[in-house]
Amino acid sequence: MKAFNLIPNHVLAVWRRNFLVWKKLAAVSMLGNFGDPFLYLLGLGYGLGHYIGEMGGIPYMAFLASGILCSSAMNTATFEALYSAFTRMNQQGTWESILATPIRIQEIIAGEQMWAATKSLISGTAIFIVAGLLGGIQQWDTALLALPVIFLTGLAFAGPALAICAISPSYDFFLYYFTLAVTPMFLFCGVFYPLDTLPAFAQLLAQVLPLTHAVALIRPLLTEMPLTMPWLHVSVLALYAAAGFTLAAHLAARRLLR
Amino acid sequence: MTGAVVRAKGVRKTFENREVICGVDFDIRAGICFGILGPNGAGKTTLMRMLLGLSPVTEGDYTLFDQPVSETSVHSRVGVVPQQDNLDPDFSVSLNLKVYAGYFGIAVAEAESRIIELLDFAALSARGNDQVSTLSGGMRRRLMVARALINNPDLIVLDEPSTGLDPQARHLIWQRLRSLKKQGKTLILTTHYMEEAAELCDELIILDHGKILTSGAPRALIAEHVEPEVVAIRGLSNELDAVELCEGLDIRLDHVGDTWFCYGIDARPLVARCSERSELIFIHRPASLEDVFLKLTGRDMREEA
Repeated sequence: MKAFNLIPNHVLAVWRRNFLVWKKLAAVSMLGNFGDPFLYLLGLGYGLGHYIGEMGGIPYMAFLASGILCSSAMNTATFEALYSAFTRMNQQGTWESILATPIRIQEIIAGEQMWAATKSLISGTAIFIVAGLLGGIQQWDTALLALPVIFLTGLAFAGPALAICAISPSYDFFLYYFTLAVTPMFLFCGVFYPLDTLPAFAQLLAQVLPLTHAVALIRPLLTEMPLTMPWLHVSVLALYAAAGFTLAAHLAARRLLR
Repeated sequence: MTGAVVRAKGVRKTFENREVICGVDFDIRAGICFGILGPNGAGKTTLMRMLLGLSPVTEGDYTLFDQPVSETSVHSRVGVVPQQDNLDPDFSVSLNLKVYAGYFGIAVAEAESRIIELLDFAALSARGNDQVSTLSGGMRRRLMVARALINNPDLIVLDEPSTGLDPQARHLIWQRLRSLKKQGKTLILTTHYMEEAAELCDELIILDHGKILTSGAPRALIAEHVEPEVVAIRGLSNELDAVELCEGLDIRLDHVGDTWFCYGIDARPLVARCSERSELIFIHRPASLEDVFLKLTGRDMREEA
């Protein structure tokens, strides 16, 4: 497929540009990355956890920490691929300036997707450390495997978000995507409570959503819950990443190369 | 090698069922400055975007270095100065150049020595560490020219390079562009400043409604399309007044708003008549590219303008 004809150095150059911008404000950005999950885990994990005790057979703090890790990977990648990418595409003309070089549109999309996933990994690592300090990680021997899964989760969310970005007329449009896709996933994909508490049809629906599969991978890696069908979950995330990329590359070409 | 950097043969572009480029043919020889002139909406930008692979060609052969324009690998030999400022606002002056060098895969050491040269060329050496947002309009445009040169291109494409600049800044840009031509680079520029085209271009085309109206060297075009002398007059009461003023002289009349343009081979007798009427404000000058442009593209206001 034409979209997958990518020169790695071109993708890396786009990634690097975004990294250099991030580096300038890294300290402030990292503070947010640590602060937010710390408050969540402290407030909900301890506060709510005190009443709940255990959920799904593990302490609520551990249950919640793995869920927050996944939802933050989703949020971080989605924000980057919507708002920040839109600024580069529409306001600053960054993509157009890159298109004057040998780099092609699908390489810009791939670089943006990689970068958004990198940001998921950065914020995920921060949460990982906070969760570790607050006792949210039970299985240290498999826990580090969660990091590559966070990156994959970032790719899975950045792809579709970039496709939305490519058709969006303005920043306001992104609110629909949050209300219709991101928030429902945050609430119904097993971040705060196990899926089996949902009615059957909702459980079925949740199975086609990427966040469910991210949770199904990451929670067992961090806790004593058993890991089942890991390759199915990896495949679903990879499918979202690849399909999102292909669609985004196509839509961005349609928008910019008229 | 064919000797031509760019070739267009029967190039057409249809945009939502509207033909915006209606079959144009031209060649751009290596080492010249080639101008694409035309009123707003004539198709200049579309022609440029197609050349840079930013807009698919609907029909015809359009080649850049003997490759179809859709082949983006030739961009390593091209530098682009867009009309709209798309410098990276998050970076300093030199980091803008450094990151851009990265897009071409230029090695860091090589990029750094080029950046020093280019900042010097753009008269920005003292501003290397400053944020782009602190630069004036002229400085930003010079930085964009420097950025377009980071890959040492053979061809430089400029879209309205001096629009919005003050005269000092404009002359500095022109001087830099001339020095690039001396280095043997090929330049393509779009503009609707006739003065700029006359100053810089060896050859040009005048485009309107997606068609080439004429092409050639600026002087040749003036000789071909208009009489050598012009008297521009304000203060005439009506058309009859203008006709009477030129009575018996070999003068062609034309007007834009309240200004009458009187073209002739020798305008001195007309100047003498004008001098006798104190209410007239007039100027006697050699014909310019602007006269050719206005004659060919019409003097009426454009709705898109």
